[in-house]
Amino acid sequence: MVTIQRNDLQTLFDALERRGYRIISPTVRDEAIILDTVHSADDLPKGRGEEQSAARYRLNRREDDALFGYAVGPHAWKQFLYPPVQTLLQARREGTSRSSGEPGFALLNPEGADEEPAMAFVGVRPCDLAAIRRLDAVFLQGPFQEPGYARRRSRALVVVAQCTAPSGTCFCASMNTGPSAPDGFDIALTEVLSTGPTVYLAESGSERGAEILRDVTCRPSTSEEISAAARAIESAAGRMGRHVDLDGLSETLRRSIEHVRWQQTAQRCLSCANCTMVCPTCFCSTVEDTTDLTATIAERRRRWDSCFTLDYSYIHGGSVRPSGMSRYRQWIMHKMSTWVDQYGTYGCTGCGRCITWCPVGIDITQEVAAVQHPSIESVTPPRENVHG
Amino acid sequence: MPRQRKPKLAVWKFASCDGCQLSLLDCEEELLAVVGEVEIAYFLEASRAVIKGPYDISLVEGSITTPHDEERIHQVRRMSKTVVTIGACATAGGIQALRNFTNVRDYIPLVYATPAFIHTLNKSTPIADHIFVDLELRGCPINKHQLVELLSAILNGRKPNLPQHSVCIECKQRGNVCVMVSQGLPCLGPVTQTGCDALCPEFLRGCFGCFGPKEMPNMASLASHWLKEGMAKPELVRRFRGFNAYAEPFRKESEAHEK
Ligand code: SF4
Ligand code: SF4
Ligand code: SF4
Ligand code: SF4
Repeated sequence: MVTIQRNDLQTLFDALERRGYRIISPTVRDEAIILDTVHSADDLPKGRGEEQSAARYRLNRREDDALFGYAVGPHAWKQFLYPPVQTLLQARREGTSRSSGEPGFALLNPEGADEEPAMAFVGVRPCDLAAIRRLDAVFLQGPFQEPGYARRRSRALVVVAQCTAPSGTCFCASMNTGPSAPDGFDIALTEVLSTGPTVYLAESGSERGAEILRDVTCRPSTSEEISAAARAIESAAGRMGRHVDLDGLSETLRRSIEHVRWQQTAQRCLSCANCTMVCPTCFCSTVEDTTDLTATIAERRRRWDSCFTLDYSYIHGGSVRPSGMSRYRQWIMHKMSTWVDQYGTYGCTGCGRCITWCPVGIDITQEVAAVQHPSIESVTPPRENVHG
Repeated sequence: MPRQRKPKLAVWKFASCDGCQLSLLDCEEELLAVVGEVEIAYFLEASRAVIKGPYDISLVEGSITTPHDEERIHQVRRMSKTVVTIGACATAGGIQALRNFTNVRDYIPLVYATPAFIHTLNKSTPIADHIFVDLELRGCPINKHQLVELLSAILNGRKPNLPQHSVCIECKQRGNVCVMVSQGLPCLGPVTQTGCDALCPEFLRGCFGCFGPKEMPNMASLASHWLKEGMAKPELVRRFRGFNAYAEPFRKESEAHEK
């Protein structure tokens, strides 16, 4: 474990840029902490924090100069590893015109696929590292690999920021994905504010990470710093705004297909798909084929899709899940039950995004609790107060 | 499929502002390709030259507001193989459908010097209330990329990619920060059909609902969320009464809060 002084954190960014990485980290834009390309430690949301509850996110200022003093925002890393819109192929008709009748076409290369610089993700929260590993299981560890994801992921460097600032909608401690990540990163930082001037405790988790850390200005950590870091993480575990009881959860849900709660929730659910868009593990997509006017160029694009759309479950003759009830149930069943059957982990990491960014504040933790403990159903008002 | 002659395209105007027709002229680089692929047979906004029907594709802009229009739209249908309604006026009655919630006779004397000359219907209605419509393009105005996509699909005998899901999906895919959650601004995105690429949220405004209701919108839930957040009822009614006020889900929700 080494300690990087606040003012020396820039040497980490410099080390990454020198190696040609496109650095992506949390940064402030449009009243929120989002993820975007940055060039220096000054681009981090210095002294910024946020307040999160169901259907509510407010950026605010902290009383300290923390660079990682906030929980996850509306963006998730999947947007870089598996972009929302991807061109899968482009073909150009070869021949004179539509009416020549001679078939034939040439495949064009999807633009720039080979020239993307490797990405360095800086400030990845442990829940989000867990989400990336869920996506690895989906895209890399089955019988088929997703080539674009595989390419981006294998080149991406992950710098974790262990979590010391959970929000009101967090529950990674319940899902066993945080607030600290024991492995799976190249470098892990822990921000320590309590021992004097802000410092970052750093450890490497890979050869790549160790090699980069050798270029960063640092010194061995003191035992005081190490225990302060451990305390900060432990305190984070106790400050999560939400909780889920995993005991028998996936089983209980499987037995609750006809539970009355789904109908009640469907009355509130807008089937807007915001929850699946912000969820760091939702991976569904649809494929659309298109042509230009002259039928010279044909293109196949893949776009993020969601089980909340009517088209998602469309098969010959109609949609399998026409009702809002069946769509909401599909989402929660997949996250908390069928995912377990398929991958042996929950599809939910407890990041809380779907609670914060649901426009009407539907709360996945309350929904599962209502199904697990029928008594809650009568106590929980059907419409929760979002300012509560 | 080999095609011998260019399909004939007609553009018709009913009660509207011409904005949607302008979207066609606004296609710029694609416009030349359009002209290359179809014969523009009737398009008064662009040219006075008129080629007689029948037409392969008729784009219909505007709503039905007069007895004369009511007859004319049937003629358009008879002369056209494929009828495509374009824009909120044609697909939902447009902003002029605000008259449907009042008595238009009360307003005529306020606007016209000689009310006796005005022959108007009590309601502004969408084209599909009068004739069978093959395809519709939503929006106020329509999105030119959707227009080109639709024309390409018709010309090439394929299904157009015109999703019916919420604006939120495109909003999130563009990486916008939700203005409703982060700033408490009312936004119709969750109940509105996509097509604009989440233009307003991109500029930090709530969605105005230009593209009309998405598939199976849950208006009541959004409305009660807004009421709970402190929106007054008259304001709520106004939110649902925009360019698509007369589209059924919007209409029903605004009426439910008017009493
Ligand atoms: S749970 Fe919330 S975010 Fe998800 S579809 Fe329903 S209303 Fe939208
Ligand atoms: S289901 Fe909700 S809390 Fe769980 S990982 Fe997805 S967005 Fe986060
Ligand atoms: S919850 Fe829905 S959108 Fe998300 S991964 Fe599962 S099926 Fe796909
Ligand atoms: S800003 Fe509007 S359109 Fe965008 S996600 Fe929020 S509610 Fe949906």
